[in-house]
Amino acid sequence: MELTELLECVTALSCVVTQVSAGLTIGMLLFLVASGLTLIFGVLGLVNFAHGSFYMVGAYLALAGYGATGSFVAATVLGALGVALLGLLCERLLLSRIYGADVLMQLLVCYAIVLILDDVVKIVWGADFLSMGVPDSLRKPPFVVAGGIVPYFYAILFLVTAAIAALLAWGMGRTKFGRTVRAAAVNPAMVSALGVNTTALYAIVFAIGAMLAGAAGALSAPIRSVVPGAGVSILIESFIVTVIGGMGSIGGALAASLIIGLTRSFGSIGFPLFVEGMMFVIMALVLLLRPSGLAGRRSP
Amino acid sequence: MRAVSDSLRGDLLFGALAFTLLAAVDLGLGSPGLLDFTIRFATFALLALSLNLLIGVTGLVSFGHAAYFAMGAYAFGLLMQTGAWSIPAALVAALAASALFALVVGALCVRLTEIYFAFLTLAFQMLLHSVILAWIPLTGGDQGLMGGIPKPAFLGIDLARQDHLALFSAFCLIASTVILRQVVRSPFGAALRMLRDNPDRAAFLGLSVFRYRLGAFVIAGTFAGLAGVLMSLYVSGAFPSFAFWTTSGEAIFMIMLGGITVFLGPIVGAALFILLNDRITALTDHHGLYMGAILLVLVLGLRKGLLDFVVEAWRERKERRS
Repeated sequence: MELTELLECVTALSCVVTQVSAGLTIGMLLFLVASGLTLIFGVLGLVNFAHGSFYMVGAYLALAGYGATGSFVAATVLGALGVALLGLLCERLLLSRIYGADVLMQLLVCYAIVLILDDVVKIVWGADFLSMGVPDSLRKPPFVVAGGIVPYFYAILFLVTAAIAALLAWGMGRTKFGRTVRAAAVNPAMVSALGVNTTALYAIVFAIGAMLAGAAGALSAPIRSVVPGAGVSILIESFIVTVIGGMGSIGGALAASLIIGLTRSFGSIGFPLFVEGMMFVIMALVLLLRPSGLAGRRSP
Repeated sequence: MRAVSDSLRGDLLFGALAFTLLAAVDLGLGSPGLLDFTIRFATFALLALSLNLLIGVTGLVSFGHAAYFAMGAYAFGLLMQTGAWSIPAALVAALAASALFALVVGALCVRLTEIYFAFLTLAFQMLLHSVILAWIPLTGGDQGLMGGIPKPAFLGIDLARQDHLALFSAFCLIASTVILRQVVRSPFGAALRMLRDNPDRAAFLGLSVFRYRLGAFVIAGTFAGLAGVLMSLYVSGAFPSFAFWTTSGEAIFMIMLGGITVFLGPIVGAALFILLNDRITALTDHHGLYMGAILLVLVLGLRKGLLDFVVEAWRERKERRS
């Protein structure tokens, strides 16, 4: 424990600026993954245990796309759309067969998908750690705010993820499609009776959720190492986020993601060995004090 | 009461027969490969069987069962490495450690059901995994517990010998199977099945859903700890992969292979899984690809395990006759 260092950091504005900016960026990337997970759960009633693998595939696709085109934008688009397609295939071919089946079936199908994707990635890209590095076009001097350093790439990442989050909020809250999706989450039978093709709706929602995970994987490829099996830790983190925020609530997921992001960035100074543990402590507290999560509707 | 004692006598007889048969085959053939298989089979069968007390009987799908497996393995390995403990004493202490850990995690998890429960148990397992990786002075981090585990002989049993270890593992499996079957058939087991089928009704009848679920969770965790002890004896160490989520996934896979609804299903599933796993590992490097594909066929195509089919066919035949 280096609590004195944490205290020093909290009292110095420059350090606070640096850590807050890092925490917000980590939190927003986490939010993209978690919002996909919670969107799929809210509408389809399915917890996608393979969500972390989608994130991993997104990172690998971005790596390949960047290698081929040299453009980070193209790489991110490839990662997001490629994973959306992968999600669509998984939903249509595998997961749609087990809607309404018990949890065990969902778990086993997702487990199989994880096993297969991990191995496919290993066959295509090898088992070694790969890293993309920050793209040349985005290697710019950092911003200095109140003496604190904010890396240029982190600032870009924050803006992009915030834009995606805003787009998601607008899409779900203001468009006809968003209203239909929210209605289907509450009463799918009624939505279907009103003439909406719920099969297609479910497939699209699953693809959007997968796309969010793929986009997060692609965006974080430059700052994290890319390795088979990388999906598990992000899966656990985004699950913790959905528990803290409340399952099915996108607003709650945003708040929880930022809490976890800040815990991570400040924790790496104050209690580097206990950062993971701290996330669990927060989750356990939320479960004990408010089992439905910060923004949850009813207790699960 | 009479029915219970009758069923106990039957189980004991069956257990003694199974043990004699296994011992005769193992010692009679005495091939190292068979002994090796017996130990691994007993270990994983025990893990899968204990997990099915939660999944099949209580209806709680735990995806973090390997946490107690790892807890048993590490507790036993660490105690034996101090050199001050005998094997039976360390075994009991390791089971107590697993039970205590299951009690703490269970108290948090069993309030939730379904998918929340699955995810939360998985999360706590991954917490244990990261603690094992980070606490290098105690656990050796990703290298695992190195330096071997001393196995002093007790009661004439020398677990450093492969044949003794095979018989000891088989004994542990069979004794646990008898105990778990008695648990399942007891009033406590009947209450667990009611919790699975209709928790609201159980609550109306005045059962404490929380206490019964927690009881099942702790019992299952304790027997998973015993499996962990066998595993650490087998590999003479303990490794972080014991606590990794894939170990839990494999245990669920075994249950699915053998059959959820039949008490002995997980044991058959463990044998099938080990045979399948060895065959695939020998044939190809792409282990996950093939296991995943087999699992998909099993879940989406058959939707049942082997013993489920056998029992159904047997019931149908009986019905046709009557």
